[in-house]
Amino acid sequence: MNAGITRLRPATAAGLLIVLFWAAMAAFGPLLAPHADGGVMSAQVFDAASRAAPLGTDYLGRDMLTRILIGARYTVGVAAVATGLASLVGTTLALCAATVGGWTDAVLSRLLDALISLPSLLFALVVVASVGSSIPMLVATAAVIYVPGAYRTVRALAVNIVAMEFVKVARARGEGTLYLMRAEILPNIVLPVLTDFGLRFIYVVLLLSGLSFLGLGIQPPYADWGSLVRENIEGLAYGAPAVIMPALAIATLTIGVNLLVDGLAGRRGGGDGR
Amino acid sequence: MSPLARLLAARLASGVLTLLIVSLLVFLATEMLPGDVAQAVLGQSATPDAVAALRAAMHLDQPGWLRYLLWLRGLLTLDLGRSLVNGLPVASLIGSRLPNSLLLAGLTALVAVPVALLLGITAAVWRGTAYDRVVGVLTVSAVSVPEFLVATLAVLVFAVRLHWLPAMFYGLDLRSPGHMLLVFAMPVATLSFVVVAQIARMTRAALTNVLDSSYIEMAVLKGVRPLRLVLRHALPNALGPIVNAVALSVSFLLGGVIIVETIFNYPGLAKLMVDGVSTRDMPLVQACAMIFCAAYLLLVLLADLLAILANPRLRHP
Amino acid sequence: MGGKAPLVTVEGLRVTAGGGRSVIVDDVSFSIARGEVVALIGESGSGKTTIALALMGYARAGCTIAGGRVRVGGVEPIGLAPAALARLRGRTVSYIAQSAAAAFNPAQRIMAQVVENALIHRLRSRAAAEARARALFRALALPDPDGVGALFPHQVSGGQLQRLMAAMALITDPALVILDEPTTALDVTTQIEVLRAFKRVVREQGTTALYVSHDLSVVAQMADRIIVLRDGVVQESAPAAQLLTAPAHPYTRSLLAAAAPAPRQAVALPAGAAPLLRVSGLVAGYGPPDARGLPAVPVLHDIAFSIAPGSVLGVVGESGCGKSTLAQVIAGLLPAARGSITLDGEALAPRAAGRTREQLRRVQIVFQMADMALNPAHSVRRILARPLQFYHGLRDAALARRVAALLDMVRLPQALADRLPAGLSGGQKQRLNLARALAAEPALILCDEVTSALDTVVGAAILDLLAELRRELGVAYLFISHDISTIRALCDQVMILYAGRCVERGGRQVMQMAPMHPYTDLLLSSVPELRPGWLDGMSATHLAEAAGGLTRAAARLACPFQPRCAVRLEDVCDRVPPPVQPLSKGASILCHRGEAELLRAQATAAPLHASAD
Repeated sequence: MNAGITRLRPATAAGLLIVLFWAAMAAFGPLLAPHADGGVMSAQVFDAASRAAPLGTDYLGRDMLTRILIGARYTVGVAAVATGLASLVGTTLALCAATVGGWTDAVLSRLLDALISLPSLLFALVVVASVGSSIPMLVATAAVIYVPGAYRTVRALAVNIVAMEFVKVARARGEGTLYLMRAEILPNIVLPVLTDFGLRFIYVVLLLSGLSFLGLGIQPPYADWGSLVRENIEGLAYGAPAVIMPALAIATLTIGVNLLVDGLAGRRGGGDGR
Repeated sequence: MSPLARLLAARLASGVLTLLIVSLLVFLATEMLPGDVAQAVLGQSATPDAVAALRAAMHLDQPGWLRYLLWLRGLLTLDLGRSLVNGLPVASLIGSRLPNSLLLAGLTALVAVPVALLLGITAAVWRGTAYDRVVGVLTVSAVSVPEFLVATLAVLVFAVRLHWLPAMFYGLDLRSPGHMLLVFAMPVATLSFVVVAQIARMTRAALTNVLDSSYIEMAVLKGVRPLRLVLRHALPNALGPIVNAVALSVSFLLGGVIIVETIFNYPGLAKLMVDGVSTRDMPLVQACAMIFCAAYLLLVLLADLLAILANPRLRHP
Repeated sequence: MGGKAPLVTVEGLRVTAGGGRSVIVDDVSFSIARGEVVALIGESGSGKTTIALALMGYARAGCTIAGGRVRVGGVEPIGLAPAALARLRGRTVSYIAQSAAAAFNPAQRIMAQVVENALIHRLRSRAAAEARARALFRALALPDPDGVGALFPHQVSGGQLQRLMAAMALITDPALVILDEPTTALDVTTQIEVLRAFKRVVREQGTTALYVSHDLSVVAQMADRIIVLRDGVVQESAPAAQLLTAPAHPYTRSLLAAAAPAPRQAVALPAGAAPLLRVSGLVAGYGPPDARGLPAVPVLHDIAFSIAPGSVLGVVGESGCGKSTLAQVIAGLLPAARGSITLDGEALAPRAAGRTREQLRRVQIVFQMADMALNPAHSVRRILARPLQFYHGLRDAALARRVAALLDMVRLPQALADRLPAGLSGGQKQRLNLARALAAEPALILCDEVTSALDTVVGAAILDLLAELRRELGVAYLFISHDISTIRALCDQVMILYAGRCVERGGRQVMQMAPMHPYTDLLLSSVPELRPGWLDGMSATHLAEAAGGLTRAAARLACPFQPRCAVRLEDVCDRVPPPVQPLSKGASILCHRGEAELLRAQATAAPLHASAD
C-alpha cells in the first residue's frame, strides 16, 4: 500500500516488464541479434541449446535466438498496427453511434454485430483464400475483423456516459456532436478503451500467428513467430527447442499483455472509494 | 401474440438477417479474388472456348448480384457446386467430413463445459481467496496461449517423450472405447484448454456480479448458508450470462478446431477448409465458411433464447 | 428500564473503513428495551446503517467492526462463528432493507422468499410457514393476500414489496427487527400505507424494533425513543416527544429547523409583464410516434403554463408524474409531440439543435444528481469556462475574472478552481452546477429536484442561495420537486402534476386554501408532520385514497385519479375528460366537481393543513 510502482500487484508488474521487454525487442531486436539474419551458423539442424545458439538451431541450422529476435518485429509490429487501426476505427464509429443515436446507431450496430458473428480465424481464411497474404493485406484483414469488437465495447461504455446528466447539460448548451465525442465522452473512457486495446492486441497476435502456423500468414522471406513454429514442426519428433521456443515467445507476450490489462482493469474497479 | 413470443420471433428474425449479412460478406470476400477463376481452374493450356464454356457454367458471365442470388439458392438447396481442384461435388466432400468435426466438438464440449462451470463457480464463491487468484492467473494464461503451443507441448510430452499417445491421428474406430480415448485424448485436451479458461472466466464474472447485488446481501442477513446462497439465490440469476458465455466460447472452439485438426491431421471440416484455402478452392471455402457461421449463429441464438426463457421478467410479464 | 434487562445493549461500538484509516462509527453506546421502538436518526454518512448491521454481526465490504460490545438477547454477534451467526440472522434479528425492489431476488417467487427464513431455521413446516405468511400479508393490509405469494417481485408495486419484506422479516417472530429507511424510496402517498401497516404489526406483536431513518417526521410517528447521530457519534438520545419538542443538542435543533423550512423572502414582481416562457398544449413522451404523431409511451398530456420574468414556478408531483420530462422538453433534450413553447414571444424549436445560441443561452438546466451532471474528467475551472467561451466568447484574463466571480457568486472558495468534481462535497457540486448555469447569464433556470439528493441542512443552504440569486439577478426558475416544503419555501406559482396532467395550478396560496383538487388535498395531507400522532390522526378518506396508488390502467382513464378519488362521479370521471375549472382562490383545477362540492367534502374529511406559515 505504498506509493508508486510498489502499488502494482506482482502479476501486473510482471506483465508490464514483459510487455516493455518485447516492445524493445520489436524495436531493436535485429541490432541485438547475435548472428546475421539468414546466416547458417551450424551444420547441425534442430540442435539443442548450446553456448553459440542459446535457443538451439532451426531446420537449416540457423540460430533460433536470432530468428526470434528478428521475428519479434513481425509478430509485435504487425499486430500492433492492425490493433491500432481496429481500435481507432471502432472507437470513432462507436463514439459517433452513441452520441448521434437513432438510425445511425441502429444501422452501424446491426452491421457490425453481423460481422462479429463471423469467427475471426474463419473470416481471415476466407480473405486469405481470395486475396493472398501480403503484410498490408494481413494488417487490413485483422483490423477489419476486430473493428466490430472494439466498436461493441466502446459503444457500451459510451452509451453509459451519454446517459449521464453532464452530457445532457452540454447538449442543452448547444454543443456539437464532435465536441461531445471529444471533450465530454472520450476523456471518461480512456482507461477501459486502453484495456480493450490490450485484449484485442492479444487476439490479433493469436490470429496472425495462427494463420502463419497454417502457412497462410506472413510469407517467406519474412517470418513471424507463428511461421517459425511451422517451419520447424519437423523438429517436434526430436524434441528440438526450435519448435517450442517461438511458441513460448508468443505465450509470454500474450500472457504479459493480459496480466497487465487485468491489473489495469482491476485498479479501475477498486478505485471507487464509496 | 404474447410479448414473450414476439421477443422470441424477433430474435429468430434477427438471427436469419445476420446470417444473410454474413453470407453477403463471405460472398464479397471471395469475389475479391483477382484474375479469372475459369482460367485458373483449367490452367494456361486451356482453349478459349473451353474457358468460355466453364465461365458460362459457373455463371461468371453474369453480374455479381445475380451470382450471389444463385449461390444463395444453391446453399438453400444444398447444391454447393463442385470443387475447383478435383471436380467432386462440394456437398459430398463436406458430408464425409462434417460428422468427424461434430464428434470432436461434441466431445470437447462434454469435457470442457462441466469443468469450466465448476472452476468458474468455485472461483466466484471463494472470490478473493488464494484459490481464486490461482484460478485467475491460470485462466488468464490459458486464454492467452496459442493452441499450437498447447498442442506441440502435448505431443512433445505425451507422444515423443512418454510414448503414451499417438502423435498423429490414424483413423477412427468408434467401437473401441480404449482406442477412442487414445486417439481423442490430445485433440480434445488441447481444445478444452482454451475453452475451459474462457468459460470459467466469464462464469466467474457473471456470478460475481450477481453476488454483489443487494438481494444476496439480504439473503446473507436472513442467515442463508454459502452453498444455498450460491445455488439457490445467485446461480439462477447468472444463468443468462453463463449460457451466453458458453455459446460465445464456441467461437474460440472454432478457431481452435482449425488449428487442432491441422496439427493432428484430423479428417474434419476445418482441415478440409484449410486445404481449400491453400489451393484457392473457392466453392469449397465458401461452403465451409457458411456452415461454420451458421453453426455458430445457431448456438448463439439458442443461448439467447435460453437466456430469455430463464428471465422471470420476460416469462411472467 | 423497569429493572428488566434490555434486549439489546451496545457499548463503545467502533467501526472503521479502509483498513482502519477512517472511523465510521465511534464509541456508540445505547440499549433497547423489550417491546421498545428506537430510532437512529442521521444524515448520509452518519453511520446509522452501519450500526444497525453491526447488530447482526455484519459489516459491508471495506468496513471492519474494530471494537466494542454488542449483545442481542444474550448473544454477542461480533466475532461469532459463521454457523452461529447464520442462526442469529433472520431468526433472532431480522432486517428490512431500504429498497425492497433490490432486496427481493428477481428469480424466485415471493412466497418462497418470504418463508425461506422459517424453513432454513427449521421453525415451521412449509405449509405452516405459508399459512403464517398469509396471515402476515393480511395484517400488513396487502391486497390479495392469498395470491400475492405466487407472483414474482417485478409483478408487485414498490409499496407492496416493502410490506412483503416486513412479512419476510417477521415470519420467524424475531426478538428484534431492524427497519433500515424502509419508506425512503417511496412516494409520500404510498409511504402512509406502509408506515401504518408497520406500526400496526409492531404494536400487535409487541415487536422490539430499531428504526433507521433520516426523516424526523417519519420517525416521530414510529419511535418511542430517538437517537441522533452525526459522523458516527451519538449527539443526543431522548424519548421521542421530548426530543421533538425540547431538543437539547444544537445539531438536533438544526435538523428540526431544516425539516420545516421557512418561506424565503418573496420578490415584488412588476405586474402585467409579458411572460418570459409560455407553454401551451404540450404533449410529450418516449418511444416511436404512432400514426397521429403521439409517442408510444405518453408522459405529459396537454400541459399549459407561463412564467413571468424573475418569478418562480414550482412543479410538484410524485415519481412518474412527468415533472422531469417537462424540464427536458423545455430544454430541448426531448422534442415535444404537440404544443408550443415560446420564449420572449419567440417560438422555440422542439430540439436544442434547432434553437439559436441566444435562445439556448437564456434557458439553462440544473439536475438532481449533482455529481452526474459534472464531467468527472474536467476541472472546476474548465466546467465554468466552457459556457463563458461558448456563449460570450470570453478569453484569457476576462475569462479568469469571470470564473472567479462565478465562484464567489455561489460561495465556493477560489481554491477549488483546479479540483476535479470528485474532490467536492455534495453541496459544493450542486453550487458548481448552479454556477455553470449562471455563467450563461440566463433568464430562466430549470431546476430539476436540485435539493432532493442532498441532506436537509445542505439542501436548505442551496434553497437560500437560489432565493438570493433570484433577488440579485432577477433570474426566473422552473422549480421541480416532489418535496412540498421546498416548493412552499421558494415558489410564487405552483403547478401540481398527476400522471402527466396538470391537476391544479395557481399562486403559492393554492396549497393553503380549500377547496383544492382531490389529489392536491391527498398529496398535502400525506406529508408527514413533525408531531407524534399525526399518522394515527389521518382521515379515513385520505387513507383510502392513499391505499390505491396509480396503476398503468388508471393512467389511460380520462381522469387518472378517478379510481382513488373519494368524490369521483361514477361513469363520468373515467370517460369524460375533466374540464379546467377556475376556483375563487385564484387557482384552476382539472375536475368535474364544482367548487362548493369540493369545499364541503374537504371541510368534513380533512383536518386543516397546519402549514409552516
